[in-house]
Amino acid sequence: MDRFSWSNGLLEIDETLVIQQRGVRLYDGDDKAKLDLGVALLSTHRLIWRDVKNHECCIAMPLSQIIFFEEQAGGIGKSAKIVVHLHPAPANKEPGPYQHSKYSFIKLSFKEHGQIEFHRRLTEEMTQKRWENTPVSQPIPTGTGPQAGRTRAVGIVGIERKIEERRKETDKNISEAKEMVELSRSIANKIKDKQGDITEDETIRFKSYLLSMGIANPVTRETHGSGTHYHMQLAKQLGDMLQAPLEERGGMMALTEVYCLVNRARGMELLSPEDLLNACKMFESLKLPLRLRVFDSGVMVVQLQSHSEEEMIASALDNVSDKGSLTAEEFAKLLGLSVLLSKERLLLAEKMGHLCRDDSVEGLRFYPNLF
Amino acid sequence: MRRGVGAGAIAKKKLAEMSKQLETFKSNLEEFASKHKQEIRKSSQFRVQFQEMCATIGVDPLASGKGFWSEMLGVGDFYYELGVQIIEVCLALKHRNGGLITLDELHQRVLKGRGKYAQDVSQDDLVRAIKKLKVMGNGFGMIPVGGSYLVQSVPAELNMDHTVVLQLAEKKGYVTVSEIKESLKWEKERACHVLDHLLKEGLAWLDSQAAGEAQYWLPALFSELTSRDVTPEEANQMTP
Repeated sequence: MDRFSWSNGLLEIDETLVIQQRGVRLYDGDDKAKLDLGVALLSTHRLIWRDVKNHECCIAMPLSQIIFFEEQAGGIGKSAKIVVHLHPAPANKEPGPYQHSKYSFIKLSFKEHGQIEFHRRLTEEMTQKRWENTPVSQPIPTGTGPQAGRTRAVGIVGIERKIEERRKETDKNISEAKEMVELSRSIANKIKDKQGDITEDETIRFKSYLLSMGIANPVTRETHGSGTHYHMQLAKQLGDMLQAPLEERGGMMALTEVYCLVNRARGMELLSPEDLLNACKMFESLKLPLRLRVFDSGVMVVQLQSHSEEEMIASALDNVSDKGSLTAEEFAKLLGLSVLLSKERLLLAEKMGHLCRDDSVEGLRFYPNLF
Repeated sequence: MRRGVGAGAIAKKKLAEMSKQLETFKSNLEEFASKHKQEIRKSSQFRVQFQEMCATIGVDPLASGKGFWSEMLGVGDFYYELGVQIIEVCLALKHRNGGLITLDELHQRVLKGRGKYAQDVSQDDLVRAIKKLKVMGNGFGMIPVGGSYLVQSVPAELNMDHTVVLQLAEKKGYVTVSEIKESLKWEKERACHVLDHLLKEGLAWLDSQAAGEAQYWLPALFSELTSRDVTPEEANQMTP
């Protein structure tokens, strides 16, 4: 912590703010620094920290002081940290909060997260070294010298080896996956060209292989759909699970609402957006009492089949006639629906010629169509 | 007429081959997962590299929760849960910003909602989660603005004209008809048409009492400016 100097926190002419993060506590080596929580700011030239309660308390350090830095994962009760290893302070360093430190590293503890972005930007700035192109008026002493090389922790070598090993293993998996992508393409083409006696069953099996691998195949999707046994099962589960929520919400829910509802209920082994969509597409063929519907605007909803179109339009017309005119927000309040869906109903009624609109900057208002 | 036996046999053989390869792949992935699963969850950099590699070969590890990648590496749950959190934040703020929010603000609010003990997420993670949400309709999209993005979560139609005005408004959080005419060299009608559309969609608010001429504020950008920690000097530069 003795590498920091007091600062007024103002940026110099050529200095730009890169990122800032609240909720950062500083450590002098492994010890908590005698400072409170603050905001850490990274500029093109310096690492700055300001006390969140006392804005006068602001310290800065040139980025050239940094030898290297690494992430330290958090745990239960411990925040994630970035450990920053530093060159020795130069002789002409301006005074700061610490005269002396027995450590040559500091830590930034991210109590409100944000360490990933901060780390990423710090990496960028340390790679680009933009401060070298535009030196600023304050003397920013660089910490170079024969000591620099030797203070590099041995840890780096170990880290680099682990990264390399991991990369090799990932490469191996990816190249295996690649082989299968190619194989799957040639099979898909055979299915398409109807070459060979591939049975219905085998096609279904093939689609489940594609699903496991995450390989999209537009060829089979056109002719056979994206659904698999898994999606059929899901569709049935959804049929059961969504009855009550749909009835509570006037018979209709946006697909994004369904996604949140279902995944919050599951807690783990969540559905992907595509899983949900593919399952919903099977409602009709499985004769379930739900339907997936896409409005002109692109909004997708799940609706109870019992909820006929005529009923919806009639109810929209009734409500609008009753009140003289309605906006989507007002209609939403009346029915207890989301604004998005109530707007879709009004648009639908308009499309069928029962309502007409008054579109102004004050909003979109619907009236019964008397023409 | 009989189909050539040769063609049929080859296709079936390939399918059997694929089935076998799949088994091998699955067990290799299991081994990989046992060593690196934690890291995928903790290292944003690893996630990025991994996804990019998958993309180059045409594999989408996030396509299904039932996929191997998701089941064994757990990548799926991480992103699908993030998707839920993104939807919820956007919904909660829609009445204020009309369904448009900066990626920065979305990031901060998602982090806050996840709480202290949850895994950190990067902006790249958010972007990937949003890309997945697109398939569910509802107009999730991203508009490049000032070096970052605006995230759109409603099906409001925004064409090139709207986008470029949003980009113009990014610096101060608001824009005027004169500024549009000067910077973009548009006719007044075109500028007004675009601004009216933004007003109607609830993406812009009109301050007709501003000194000089009317200002069109974008709450999506406005809240970012006021909630950011600013130094005294920056604050002086910002007040008009």
